[in-house]
Amino acid sequence: MFIDVHGAPLYAYTGGRPFDAARPTVVFIHGVLNDHSVWILQSRHLAHHGWNVLAIDLPGHGRSGGQPPASVEQAADGVLALLRAAGVARAALVGHSFGSLIALEAAARAPAQVSHLVLVGTAFPMKVSPALLQASVSAPEKAIHMVNVFSHSTLCPPPSALGPGTWLYGSSRALMRRVLASNPAVNVFHTGFQACDRYAGGEQAMAAVQCPTLFLVGRHDQMTPPRAARALAAHGRQARVVEVEAGHALMTEAPGEVLDALREFLTA
Amino acid sequence: MPGYADPGFDTLAIHAGARPDPATGARAVPIHLSTSFVFESSDQAAQLFNMERAGHVYSRISNPTNAVLEQRVAALEGGIGAIATASGQAALHLAIVTLMGAGGHIVASSALYGGSQNLLHYTLRRFGIDTTFVRPGDLDGWRAAIRPTTRLLLGETLGNPGLEVLDIPAVARIAHEAGVPLLVDSTFTTPYLLKPLEHGADLVYHSATKFLSGHGTVIGGVLVDGGSFDWERSGRFPELTTPYDGFHGMVFSEESTVGAFLLRARREGLRDFGAALSPHSAWLILQGIETLPLRMERHIANTEQVVRLLAEHPFVARVGHPLLESHPSHALAERLLKHGARGAGSVFSFDIKGSRAQGKAFIDTLKLFSHLANVGDCRSLVIHPASTTHFRMNDEALAAAGIGPGTIRLSIGLEDPQDLIDDLKRALKAAEKAGA
Repeated sequence: MFIDVHGAPLYAYTGGRPFDAARPTVVFIHGVLNDHSVWILQSRHLAHHGWNVLAIDLPGHGRSGGQPPASVEQAADGVLALLRAAGVARAALVGHSFGSLIALEAAARAPAQVSHLVLVGTAFPMKVSPALLQASVSAPEKAIHMVNVFSHSTLCPPPSALGPGTWLYGSSRALMRRVLASNPAVNVFHTGFQACDRYAGGEQAMAAVQCPTLFLVGRHDQMTPPRAARALAAHGRQARVVEVEAGHALMTEAPGEVLDALREFLTA
Repeated sequence: MPGYADPGFDTLAIHAGARPDPATGARAVPIHLSTSFVFESSDQAAQLFNMERAGHVYSRISNPTNAVLEQRVAALEGGIGAIATASGQAALHLAIVTLMGAGGHIVASSALYGGSQNLLHYTLRRFGIDTTFVRPGDLDGWRAAIRPTTRLLLGETLGNPGLEVLDIPAVARIAHEAGVPLLVDSTFTTPYLLKPLEHGADLVYHSATKFLSGHGTVIGGVLVDGGSFDWERSGRFPELTTPYDGFHGMVFSEESTVGAFLLRARREGLRDFGAALSPHSAWLILQGIETLPLRMERHIANTEQVVRLLAEHPFVARVGHPLLESHPSHALAERLLKHGARGAGSVFSFDIKGSRAQGKAFIDTLKLFSHLANVGDCRSLVIHPASTTHFRMNDEALAAAGIGPGTIRLSIGLEDPQDLIDDLKRALKAAEKAGA
């Protein structure tokens, strides 16, 4: 479905069920050069088990119109505006990587609007190497390759989003290429990385969060190593850390474990 | 196996998709000869059926051994995933019926494997799917043949029987300008010699019966999706971009931005047409793939020696391998294939200067080459089309098909090259004598 946010159509996948603002809502926020489809299994499951799901394409990414957010803070405001536009008073926010910072900042800015916070594959600070930042502009294909190598931990992932026979390294690369191509006006690879790199408010935001928080961490994550997530979790009041056997792309490398952890947390 | 670190082709050929079996520690891929898989609970069963969780339910749809093969071939091709099928023909059929129904149109190379030509020219027409054939090198022909109902362009990496190399980048551009995908049969080259997805193709399939399995033991196919084609932007594929009543109104392109084709191919095509691969066959193909790089190197090295022998032999009128500068695809082969034109496969034809009877004498004298209708075996193979596959045709009809009375097709195997050369020399001598 599309929701008008700040005058631009924002796309949200609803998990194969019609949107119903009366049900508890979960918002899924993807990372750099990803879109809603990285959450397919988890979002589809929750949508069929009593939740209202909005798995968004960030502004200027994939199917969504508007300008890609230039900062984590701007993106967080966009998520909160989405909730208002959709008539959702309170929602659980689930974010991955760049999306985890957006969810964190949104939860800190509007505690009354956020019931649960789930940070998947997160770190603070989320510094991006100058070489990778530069490559995202000058050699995006090379940068996609680097990110892919660092984001995956196994040559034999279990059945995943496309079912058995999915080759995650290839599907992740194809998605990154597609999302990059979806915005011919702005390099969303670079804007996303830059927003991660410049975000300075993580510790203050974590301290300001008032809802229960789950850190979902990939044991073999080379992009956002578990120790970096634990350092951020230490600033939270109600933060729990769950490690799963996966790399940075843990929603697709360990889809069942991620879903189980999400369900347990959201229903506790 | 934690620690993915950008492995190379040879490593992927052995490790992609496989880990030591968590239940037994078995290092080789187990053969899961089980029709079905026990649900953990009623809830989990419902979630598997509703695509909320990924896993195996019934081996017509998916199987753990087949999944290893699918991941491995997808890894080697650079795709997003794959589907193993009962044969190469089943892979081609699955691709077509996922993309179109009655009223659909295909533009295909005229230099296709005979089985594919039969499917397109005769069988699919009966189901309302029409095909226009164009010479693979005729780029204007490809463009001109596209209609509003066209849903697919189709070619082989190396055409049959003349080994005309498909200009994949150029044909892909034509396809994409028209908003349709390019499907490539990569059986003769395998991903070791050519990766069509890297050159612009959108879908690739194999008769895994041939070089992937490599030992002439098994029939199977694999269909790979590159995840590159934007079905929504094209607007020609409501099968993938509008709600599907056969699966709770699922919109496949919404469900997966890059994997809509594979989702529908498995959820509809395998489910309803049922051309699934046996797990035992999948295992045999995996055994072959583990040595694919080594075998392909030897195939093309042996082929080079045989081609050189034949090209210089006085009783040979023509050798149809792009390795030779006289071949019309020599330059294209140099550009697209690993090892250049040397890598243009190990299946090719040549003409002896003789009659049908002399062609038969040639075949009957061979000792190492096996006379049969297959290619891509570790054993060297031979067939004389004029006396076997095309025996009903007169010389005129044969010529129209690019086959002469003395045309011989070889599939060069992995034997000692000198033994192959000796065998061919003996047979050429016998054929020459038979015409005396």
